[in-house]
Amino acid sequence: MDDALLIHRLHFAFTITYHYLFPQLTMGLAPLIVALKTLAIWKNDERYNQAARFWAKIFGINFAIGVVTGIPMEFQFGTNWAQFSRFAGGVIGQTLAMEGMFAFFLESSFLGLFLYGEKRLGKWGHWWAAFAVFAGSWLSGYFIIATDAWMQHPVGYERLADGTFALTSFWALIFNKWAFWQYLHNMGGAAITGAFVMAALGAFYLLSRKHEEQARIYVRVGVVAGLIFTVLQVFPTGDQQGKLVAQHQPATLAAMEGLFETKQGAELVIIGQPNVKEKKLDNAIVVPNALSMLSYQRWEAEVKGLDAFPPDQWPDNIALLYYSYHIMVGLGTIFIAIMVVSGFLLWRGRLMQSRWMLWVLMMSFPLPYIANTAGWMTAELGRQPWLVYGLLRTAEGYSKTVSAGNGMFSLLGFMGMYTVLSFLFLFLIHREIAHGPDAAPATGGTR
Amino acid sequence: MMPTLWFVIVALMVVVYVILDGFDLGVGIVHWGVGRTEDERSVNIKAIGPVWDGNEVWLLAAGGTLYFAFPPLYAAGFSGFYLPLMMVLWCLMLRGVSVEFRNHIHDSVWRTFFDGVFTFASALLAIFFGAALGNVIRGVPLNEEGFFFTPLFTDFRTGPEPGVLDWYTVLTGVVSLVALAFHGAVYLALKTDGQQNHKAKRVASGSWWVLLALTLLGVPATLSVRPQLLDNYKNHPWLFVVPALVFAGLIAARHFLRFDEKKAFLASCAYLLGMVGFPVFGLYPVILPASNVPERSLTIHNAAGPAYGLQVGVIWWAIGCVLAIFYFRHLYAVFKGKVSAESAVYGH
Ligand code: HDD
Ligand code: HEM
Ligand code: HEM
Repeated sequence: MDDALLIHRLHFAFTITYHYLFPQLTMGLAPLIVALKTLAIWKNDERYNQAARFWAKIFGINFAIGVVTGIPMEFQFGTNWAQFSRFAGGVIGQTLAMEGMFAFFLESSFLGLFLYGEKRLGKWGHWWAAFAVFAGSWLSGYFIIATDAWMQHPVGYERLADGTFALTSFWALIFNKWAFWQYLHNMGGAAITGAFVMAALGAFYLLSRKHEEQARIYVRVGVVAGLIFTVLQVFPTGDQQGKLVAQHQPATLAAMEGLFETKQGAELVIIGQPNVKEKKLDNAIVVPNALSMLSYQRWEAEVKGLDAFPPDQWPDNIALLYYSYHIMVGLGTIFIAIMVVSGFLLWRGRLMQSRWMLWVLMMSFPLPYIANTAGWMTAELGRQPWLVYGLLRTAEGYSKTVSAGNGMFSLLGFMGMYTVLSFLFLFLIHREIAHGPDAAPATGGTR
Repeated sequence: MMPTLWFVIVALMVVVYVILDGFDLGVGIVHWGVGRTEDERSVNIKAIGPVWDGNEVWLLAAGGTLYFAFPPLYAAGFSGFYLPLMMVLWCLMLRGVSVEFRNHIHDSVWRTFFDGVFTFASALLAIFFGAALGNVIRGVPLNEEGFFFTPLFTDFRTGPEPGVLDWYTVLTGVVSLVALAFHGAVYLALKTDGQQNHKAKRVASGSWWVLLALTLLGVPATLSVRPQLLDNYKNHPWLFVVPALVFAGLIAARHFLRFDEKKAFLASCAYLLGMVGFPVFGLYPVILPASNVPERSLTIHNAAGPAYGLQVGVIWWAIGCVLAIFYFRHLYAVFKGKVSAESAVYGH
């Protein structure tokens, strides 16, 4: 791979992976905050308002970093992927521009109102501000996923003589079936992050015997939401994503599953290390025939292995792809176990006293971040070597005029900048957690 | 027809960005001049607190619109100005972080530090944006595929192989710095009262003289770098309203500053509209001139995106824009009025 290509890929991978650490919590917390505001009105209970106010502060800090790390993403299509932008800008520019017009304006205008307008807006006005922030963040998720989904599964386009992609159907782009399932699965992942974080902080307060009344709310809301979303994550959304990959990106499926040879009644690998050189899986533990069943609903169905495709169409980092996928699925299984046990204890009224379970909840908050990152790495590494699946290779997409050295310079710049941001972020979050929930609506200061 | 419409839309969005984010960048530039004490600086920040993020979204929305309406321009411009754009990104990040975090930390060393970062990043951004416009007016050395890459500077002359910075783009950068400083000071005069209002007006009238001198220098400089700019105006004399706004706005801003801050602010908006509009409408239909081989210039015809996309875009863009205007009216209405040190939240 030539140097410039590698650097531009690392550049995008680093900045997007970092960016996505923040929106997943924003998008995950937004519906939970709306739920808290709803409970406050429904039960006429001020404690829920207090909880909403506290989480709004965590949301605000997280949002600020999400915004400043999101802006470079938008620019990078032009700066680092100029050839791609030139060919595909007429199509993916649509969804990117719609994200700005429909989602970012909504979200950024109402966040200020939500954070500092509680007294002025009144009960319902404030509920609507919370809802607008939620709608803005979930809409923003849809447009960006539709953009990614078009790269995974291009629809509604034609190729002009000079190689440009021209949109032929707006609705095909917006209602891409890939986007539909990817969106639901991805938003589920974000909601899982929100739920785990909320439950973990509640568990932390309970274990350290602080703010216990509030903490019980956090644990309860976190566990209920967590239970719902972890189950939905595997079925139907994860399952449907897998079927789409099997149907439209068979080479990707083979690499994700570590399947080197085409087989009838292919097995599902639970553990094993892909050995790309010898084209086999080391130390494999497998469930016979399960992969055929999951992908094609027949135990004996034929699943194409990597041998069915010319090597220049194989994803170029099979091992990383395979591990990412198995980490996501493995964690997904563990999440269900955690949430089912916590849910059961909650139902029996014993969760708040079960210190061991609270420890588990507290310690597991990083796991959804890992699962979400691994999921994206599966999607993006699985798409390789294509930028637009089957149509435009990644090697044809980067900016030819930007040398490897310049790319390296800005990559290092971003690494430095993001290190500083991380410290600031952790410092501020730590302060809010140490300070704890306030009894009265926010006054003073801006944001 | 479609390309022309999108040219006008993108140009308008850029102007809205310059006017809106312009005043909060301007507040950053005059932050220390108007806010001598920490409390006064808090008032400055309160004056832009609830709106600056929304203002900045116009940059993203304008960028996104440019992206799908003129993909080759986005591709060439963004990759060609790679290094300056990376610095713009870093400044945008530093600035956003410093506004938001200043208020979470109640410690005067940290606050002073974030105030400094805020001013530094705002001023640098103003200079970069001005220089960017200067680069577009002067043109860039496009290769046969319509791409380019310019070093930060070469010999500071505006020849066929210029750098990002030459004497002319440095000048446009400085004009932008002073114009936004003035705009920000007038905004602060509008949003504050008492002592601070006086200080804001003093800074505004001081920078006005510099701005007048720079404008009188900048217009002939622009015409010497790109004389073709006048062609459109000669063919359609009514277009002269746009440059006329420059001087009308400048004079009116000065006139109203003493007794009607709102009108002074609107006049400053008109000035900015004229300053951005004059070269942009002068270049039409060219959107990125080639400094080496004029035939390679990117125009709205050879850089427009495919037709169907542009047609459906008009529909959703119009809907989105109406919604955005509605949100902004609501936002500015809720947070209208003067802010002061006592006002608990954004002026209430
Ligand atoms: C908490 C997060 C989380 C969890 C527990 C899971 N996923 Fe996932 N998954 C994601 C978060 C995620 C994601 C980050 O949202 C991805 C990346 C791209 C996307 O659209 O969603 C994703 C993508 C993704 C893909 C698409 C890969 C591609 O496009 O090539 C498949 C097939 C699955 N997932 C399947 C599953 C299955 C069968 C799971 C069952 C345990 C599962 N995921 C759990
Ligand atoms: C939905 C919005 C997204 C879009 C439009 C998008 C688009 C892209 C593009 C253009 C590239 C560079 C070209 C390439 O190497 O294929 C890329 C690479 C990559 N992206 Fe995404 N991406 C998105 C979301 C994400 C997220 C949230 C992650 C988070 C972990 C991610 C992880 C990666 C990685 C790891 C690469 C490098 C893959 C490689 O070069 O091998 N992407 N993506
Ligand atoms: C290449 C891909 C991406 C681009 C170009 C991008 C662009 C941006 C930009 C410009 C912002 C700041 C908006 C503002 O000023 O208010 C932002 C924030 C945001 N992004 Fe991304 N983004 C990308 C990936 C993603 C992904 C994969 C998701 C989730 C599905 C996402 C969800 C959000 C959300 C919800 C926000 C609001 C701020 C926050 O929640 O932190 N973005 N993004």
